[in-house]
Amino acid sequence: MTLVIVIGLLAVGTFALRLGGAVLRGRVTLPGWARRLLPLSAIALLAALAATAACTDGGSFVGVARPAGVLVGAVLAWRRAPFIAVVVAAAVVAAGLRLLGVP
Amino acid sequence: MRTLWRTLDRRLIRDVAALGLAAGFVGLSFGAIAVASGLPGWAVVAMSTLVFAGGSQFMAVGMIAAGNPVAAVLGGLLLNARHFPFGMAVADVLGARWRNRLVGSHLMIDESVAFALAQPDERLRRQAYWMTGLTLFVCWNTGTVAGLALGNAVGDPATIGLDAAFPAGLLALILPGLREPAARRVAVVGAAVAVLTTPLLPAGLPVLLSLVGLVAAGVGRPRGSEPAEVPA
Repeated sequence: MTLVIVIGLLAVGTFALRLGGAVLRGRVTLPGWARRLLPLSAIALLAALAATAACTDGGSFVGVARPAGVLVGAVLAWRRAPFIAVVVAAAVVAAGLRLLGVP
Repeated sequence: MRTLWRTLDRRLIRDVAALGLAAGFVGLSFGAIAVASGLPGWAVVAMSTLVFAGGSQFMAVGMIAAGNPVAAVLGGLLLNARHFPFGMAVADVLGARWRNRLVGSHLMIDESVAFALAQPDERLRRQAYWMTGLTLFVCWNTGTVAGLALGNAVGDPATIGLDAAFPAGLLALILPGLREPAARRVAVVGAAVAVLTTPLLPAGLPVLLSLVGLVAAGVGRPRGSEPAEVPA
């Protein structure tokens, strides 16, 4: 039940934001600070999500294998490697380290 | 319709195809990670079809798994708040007809908006918007379903390193936005705050707390040097 509510609110809210902007154009002007802060807050949230998913699990810090894999993926991404290469490299490094017994 | 397709820019088709392929793989990792984190299949598919906003879907899955549904909604909607100015930017592309507005709004994602606004004239803008939106919708959802199957087959995501693939994929998604120094400062401060407070705070809160990183945007920026506005 919670899942239905969460997905429902997220879907309706997201659609309202999308349609609202398209319909209210010309009637409302977004102040400059909002235009600047909205994309930046998206970056802050996503970076935080990536960092916590890379380093923590269930509220405590994880072993070495996962962050090491993410780091390899991040370097590849920085060097403009294709998305699929980034994801696969991160997974292979983490899985390989675990095979070698690294936590 | 026929003339529309005949006159489609070849380069545009190639670019959209590449984007679609990438979206398919991100969708695949989303499906696999979501099912691995314990979400039932219908919920994963419902998210990809009804929400259709990758970043917020990943965030919601993470927060639901952490046991904080309120943060899942709040974080997801905060993340998607950027679609409001997107909507303003592409209002002309969608036109005044309600059918186009309603369907087109659902296809409003970072890629369709960016591609549309990059085109030199009205006709190309419209083509780019609809082609990118529709292609990515199909690829994203196909990828999600394939990911569901993969996740179900593998079981523990750590065996094949899926737990590392998720943050790496997220980083790849936000990287283009990090070329701007202010955005980089915001990302670093936000990420540091979230990681350091994770052992101390209830699940979900640390990621929302990353918004304090926004104060870092202003550091070292002289007053009046506003960045370029979203082109109308």
